[in-house]
Amino acid sequence: MNNNIVIHTEKLTKKFDNFTAVDHISFDVKRGEIFGFLGANGAGKTTAMRMLTGLSHPTAGKGFVAGYDVDKQSEMVKKRIGYMSQKFSLYEDLKVWENIRLFGGIYGMSNRKIAVRSENMLKQLGFYEERNTLVHSLPLGWKQKLSFSVAVFHHPDVVFLDEPTGGVDPVTRRRFWELIYKAVEEGITVFVTTHYMDEAEYCDRVSIMVDGQIKALDSPKNLKKEFQALSMDDVFQKLAREAVRKGD
Amino acid sequence: MKQFLSFVRKEFYHIFRDKRTILILLAMPVVQILLFGFAITNEVKNTPIAIVDPSKDSETQQIIRHFEASKYFYVIDELENIRQVDEAFKKGHINLAVIFSENFEANALQNRGASVQLITDGTEPNQASMIANYATSILKQASVSGEKPQFAIMPVIHLLYNPQGKSSYNFVPGVMGMVLMLICAMMTAISIVREKETGTMEVLLASPIKPIFIILAKAVPYFILSVANLVSILLLSVFVLQVPVAGSLFWLAFISLIFIFVALALGLLISTVVESQMAAMLVSGMGLMMPVMILSGMMFPIESMPNVLQWISALVPARWYISAVRKIMIQGVGIENAWFELTVLIVMAILLILLSLKKFKVRLN
Amino acid sequence: MEMSASNTNQVISVRHLSKSYADVMALNDLSFDVSEGELYGIIGPDGAGKTSLFRILTTLLTADKGTATVYGMDVLTEYRKIRKCIGYMPGKFSLYQDLSVEENLDFFATLFGTTRQENYSLIEDIYKQIEPFKLRKAGKLSGGMKQKLALSCALIHKPKILFLDEPTTGVDPVSRKEFWEMLLRLKAQNITILVSTPYMDEASLCDHIALIENGSFMDIDTPQNIITKFPTALYAVHTDNMHPLLADLHNYPLISTSFSFGDSFHVTFLPAGNKDSLYFYLRQKDYHEIEIHEIIPSVEDCFILMSNSKENE
Repeated sequence: MNNNIVIHTEKLTKKFDNFTAVDHISFDVKRGEIFGFLGANGAGKTTAMRMLTGLSHPTAGKGFVAGYDVDKQSEMVKKRIGYMSQKFSLYEDLKVWENIRLFGGIYGMSNRKIAVRSENMLKQLGFYEERNTLVHSLPLGWKQKLSFSVAVFHHPDVVFLDEPTGGVDPVTRRRFWELIYKAVEEGITVFVTTHYMDEAEYCDRVSIMVDGQIKALDSPKNLKKEFQALSMDDVFQKLAREAVRKGD
Repeated sequence: MKQFLSFVRKEFYHIFRDKRTILILLAMPVVQILLFGFAITNEVKNTPIAIVDPSKDSETQQIIRHFEASKYFYVIDELENIRQVDEAFKKGHINLAVIFSENFEANALQNRGASVQLITDGTEPNQASMIANYATSILKQASVSGEKPQFAIMPVIHLLYNPQGKSSYNFVPGVMGMVLMLICAMMTAISIVREKETGTMEVLLASPIKPIFIILAKAVPYFILSVANLVSILLLSVFVLQVPVAGSLFWLAFISLIFIFVALALGLLISTVVESQMAAMLVSGMGLMMPVMILSGMMFPIESMPNVLQWISALVPARWYISAVRKIMIQGVGIENAWFELTVLIVMAILLILLSLKKFKVRLN
Repeated sequence: MEMSASNTNQVISVRHLSKSYADVMALNDLSFDVSEGELYGIIGPDGAGKTSLFRILTTLLTADKGTATVYGMDVLTEYRKIRKCIGYMPGKFSLYQDLSVEENLDFFATLFGTTRQENYSLIEDIYKQIEPFKLRKAGKLSGGMKQKLALSCALIHKPKILFLDEPTTGVDPVSRKEFWEMLLRLKAQNITILVSTPYMDEASLCDHIALIENGSFMDIDTPQNIITKFPTALYAVHTDNMHPLLADLHNYPLISTSFSFGDSFHVTFLPAGNKDSLYFYLRQKDYHEIEIHEIIPSVEDCFILMSNSKENE
């Protein structure tokens, strides 16, 4: 598989009984891209992401992440990706450095590597003084930063971010995106879903899922031209409004 | 009132739509009763017995003939003394020893304390009790159908190795206590805490409904379920396990209701101190079910426990309930003999209800 | 913030409200009023204290200090009366997951002593959208649908005042927009609505807003006034190459603040700076298609400026 393509899907499908959650989607994500994966609730985003992260087996079609088949080689996929979920997936009653070490270990990093890299990371984030604080006492913005850093700690090929900035204040949100840019500079591909349409603008390319299918995939600039919209919010409103209301 | 009923109806929906829970609530008691009843029941047939007859008179011979004729027993030996009996038990040759007193017939006629000792091996207490019961009935039969005038014979039953002697009969009260405690206390607690967890409690509190009705509405379905379970357990016991309700059904029902109130109040109390359903389950499990199983006298005799545990056992409501049910249902005595248990339960019910009402918060903090 | 004594003519009146949990100050001396028929927004991120404020006003929590009244009734002493006339939608869409849409609505209607039919006209617009799913269990609805159902349940007894705590959080932009359209229609029926949200773009739809961060109000005013109070001119900067622009703008000495805003950067200048000098600076850095024009600030711009200056204090 082409080394420039980090995620590749061909007619990827997921059915639950008679309900088709993800309907034959095909797309590619290029290495080093920031790829925005948008869609209304119930459009099939979460299901698609679960297949790509090796958490769910496709009913039909193919998917490849970091060169591995998500269906037959899901364990290999998991080793090559990072994942940050909505509510920051850290252990609240562990200390900052304990979380780092834990996740480093889970991703198969050697103790020495963990030690060296974590020290650097903590200093870069400005957390070094707080490394012994329990995560649960950290302010929200810090948890978010830490969660992201832990997700990319093992230098995965691609990191999946599931609504990483939910509810966070505007300044912290922007600082978070600076972290994302830094990760991209280090060669990590970013696959992000978000409900903040201004964040969609920060992406290199964006796809919008409606009723289980990808109804649009292009750079924000081109999408705005195509839909004659002033902002990504407009684009989204135009597309999603057409959705057959499935209500689920 | 309409509010309240609508609330109760909602609670029933929750219960019946949770397939797993409903299975536990309705099926479990049935399974337990059948399990305890049948798994433990053993067929008493051709049980090897030994006789010790120092008198060797016609009366004793007559009785022995009855034993020989019975399909339940099989006389394998006539022994001389207790030591030989002990040996025979240890070697596993016999399950019952029938020991006549000396000058049996003479003493029986003159009412001078003739006795028949029945000794069984208490290691299998259920078996042992059953064997003893069958032997007793044979003795009774024999003493009635003899050619000589009838005299009452009092068998003295010693259960070797287990003087308390439990039979499957005794499990029925135990199961009743456990099931009622489980349903009323644990399920009520979980139900209330679930509202807290999912956030619907907030909306309920912020509405005009009086908080007391929230609790009552939660308790009512479990109350009804408990009564249903009570009925099913009794029916099973009477008709399937052949354990009759020897005493007053009314008092049995009454004291059961009191116990249900105690359990409901306990469930309420637990719900006011825990924040998650998991915690509610753990507290109910550890704090309620364990004491019921171990300290209530259901499995292990209270009298043989160290003093400390006996004191703690006094605090376990199930202990009083099981004791009362044993008396009323199994032994068939009147309520006069169980008034103490009844009083304790009533006092517990009142105290617990007051305490949990006091602790129920009208707000979230 | 100087405020007159509690104004019991207002629908909601809060004075010097404070609340702490352990050693964290969740609410710090808050005061504000809400008038009848207003759509009033509490705008701020997670952890700012919005939920604590709502719980105190709906009588579910007690404050440590200060007073609050709803329709002149004290939240502490007259909570029973308050609970009869409010509608509340807390943060987690508190619906009964294993009851159907219809059953949820019926339950809440009965809870408040009414029926689904009695005030149906009020919720008709909203309910029509979920009616096709009325037999479906609430747990199986999408976020947007749950939102509509929860709102219907909160409205079913025609409360005079609605408390909506983060009703649009976690919901997609289309549903969010529809939701606010519903709120505006409700407001037209003279229902007072107090709503909290972390989405700054929703703020401009309110009559009055209070910007909250870390338990304190940064400002209380109409969205329009807040925007007008923005201290300097605001510019949007756009070039052909956005990624490196972040660093270059940071390094430009005459810029006071710069923040990314979707497809452009919003910048303010120090007194010595202006858009022309920035233009030349960027040309020198070999940027093309440079566009710099003045824009009207949004509530988000104001919020950022206020919290930024707080940080620099």
